[in-house]
Amino acid sequence: MLDQLPVGLSIAGALLLIALGLTFTFGQMGVINMAHGEFIMAGAYTAYLLQDLAAGQAVLLALPVAFGVAGLMGLVLERLAIRRFYGRPLDTLLLTWGVSLVLQQLARDLFGAPNVNVTAPGWLDGRLELAGMTIPYTRLFIMALAVACVAAIWGYMNRSRQGRRMRAVMQNRELAACSGVVTERVDQLTFFIGSGLAGVAGVALTLIGPIGPTLGTNYIVDAFLVVVAGGLGRLRGAVLAALALGLLNSFVEFWTDASFAKVVVFAAIVAFLQFRPQGMFVLRSRALT
Amino acid sequence: MRISHWRKMAVMATAAALVLTACGEGEQAESTAGGDTIKVGILHSLSGTMAISEVTVKNSELMAIEEINAAGGLLGKKIEPVVEDGASDWPTFAEKARKLIKRDEVATVFGGWTSASRKAMLPVFEAEKALLWYPVQYEGLESSPYIYYTGATTNQQIIPGLDYLKDQGKKKIFLVGSDYVFPRTANKIIKAYAAANGMEVVGEEYTPLGHTEYGTLVNKVMSAGPDAVFNTLNGDSNVAFFKQFKAAGGTAEKLPVLSVSIAEEEVGGIGVENVAGHPVAWNYYQTTDTPENKAFVEAYKAKYGADKVTSDPMEAGYNAVHLWAESVKKAGTTEVEAVKKASAGVELKLPEGLVTIDGENQHVHKTARIGVIQPDGLIKEVWSSEEPIKPDPYLKSYPWAQGLS
Repeated sequence: MLDQLPVGLSIAGALLLIALGLTFTFGQMGVINMAHGEFIMAGAYTAYLLQDLAAGQAVLLALPVAFGVAGLMGLVLERLAIRRFYGRPLDTLLLTWGVSLVLQQLARDLFGAPNVNVTAPGWLDGRLELAGMTIPYTRLFIMALAVACVAAIWGYMNRSRQGRRMRAVMQNRELAACSGVVTERVDQLTFFIGSGLAGVAGVALTLIGPIGPTLGTNYIVDAFLVVVAGGLGRLRGAVLAALALGLLNSFVEFWTDASFAKVVVFAAIVAFLQFRPQGMFVLRSRALT
Repeated sequence: MRISHWRKMAVMATAAALVLTACGEGEQAESTAGGDTIKVGILHSLSGTMAISEVTVKNSELMAIEEINAAGGLLGKKIEPVVEDGASDWPTFAEKARKLIKRDEVATVFGGWTSASRKAMLPVFEAEKALLWYPVQYEGLESSPYIYYTGATTNQQIIPGLDYLKDQGKKKIFLVGSDYVFPRTANKIIKAYAAANGMEVVGEEYTPLGHTEYGTLVNKVMSAGPDAVFNTLNGDSNVAFFKQFKAAGGTAEKLPVLSVSIAEEEVGGIGVENVAGHPVAWNYYQTTDTPENKAFVEAYKAKYGADKVTSDPMEAGYNAVHLWAESVKKAGTTEVEAVKKASAGVELKLPEGLVTIDGENQHVHKTARIGVIQPDGLIKEVWSSEEPIKPDPYLKSYPWAQGLS
């Protein structure tokens, strides 16, 4: 029973990591990026490719590299396609869904259909026994990474000039443009960071899950759930939503089973959105939509 | 106005094209109207969560077809495969099966992996009176006159697996499975066996296909304190389960997990360090010691790469093609009813040893083997039934199984 607390927290950590990138691209820019899952996949495969270079430490090396790789993929997608569809969410949805299928097939051609494996670093092989609870180091690592990412994003958004510009554009695009902010540049950067965070999540997920061409499809729905429940564009909302969903999931599953826990989580979100369609936290903005 | 209209059209067309290229990747061979080839359908998931496993079966089936063609073909004609993608989606399997039968007019279809896909295709094959060769171990309790089952039924895999656990002195078993027909039916049989053999089932858990979050389930297993876990998870879930089981301190010495869906092909993706030492139950391993297997493994590696491994379902798919061809030779025609009649008792020496088609239930007689996953990723046989076991899909010869079917 008590064992479920760390499980819930670790689910929350993983949920938060996969959803963080979406709080940028979906939350801030209103772009429904169905290929977000494939950027997660790109991060996981980056760790796989770096394995030859860094042997057991691939995961650490891969974190920054995957951020860059997935970020660049996102940037290219934004430059080539998505920017032509701003303000047209349905077209964007179709487009990015198509892109996600293409990327999946590309991964299958490059790496083969079977899953690949990334060997976790030796120092993550173990577990913490604490007050009757067992927490694997891999889970602690993911939680710590999620916290670090949230802190970094918070600092960036609130303390840096670039972050302030990002918020300005999100809250009132016209006014920001009038004040001399190059909104196009800001859009590019936002998409780069959002996609890059997906890559970071992908590296972390290699520690606990499968690494294959369809990896992204396993997580994309959960990522959107967290962002929608948390309120678009709100970091605080995403953190709280991830915690709530993670804990709810782990405890319901403990008393029932995995299928039923999914049902309960979905039902809870539907019910919640009936009362608060805008999510936990609201942001007033004149975003692209 | 006009420009934006055209732009919209272009977008729609691009999106549609993207979707079509991704979904409709059936490798359509040019149809040869002259009738100098025999067309057969190959229907596996080449995309989606099951692709990891099914692509390899497709490969070995294509290899068997090439072998037959290289040896002069069948009834003087070349066999021409028509490959379709079931896309890990059960209605798609039914739809593509109908397409292969009606539009491509194939002589037979080799396909399927999950029981759900087989159950979806079954009514199609029965209605169209066409043949399906299904190459994967399954939960039994089925014997369609239009399906040949070249994988193991329960008394050739699950029951030997349980016999092995019993031999090892395991009394308390925890059941873990994906939430669909195979694990649920298999676990019904396991519970009946346990009740009759003084074993106790201390837990039974199912997770949705593609589930990757096993923290809670591993906690439940650990707190129930079983001697062994019987694992019927399928596909990607195995990776997540074994990684998280090991991270939580589970080891093969303390708590062996006997799997019936993990073969050589899956070991690499799970990571051998996560799964080495755990037992599996199958009828064939890459290391199985027969001259036919040596040739099979060599041919497969030569065709698909030296780093590739062979596994039980691949071998069963390969067998299916050869058993069908042998039945056609015996019948002298590809006509379905004649092939069915001729197939009874067809016997071939295949990689796993002697395999015979059972005339009564269209399953095959095959040898059961328990293996342990080695640190090099291969599987070493530790126990075998020595002789081929007669297939008994309804477990009629087991008194404890009365009332299951």
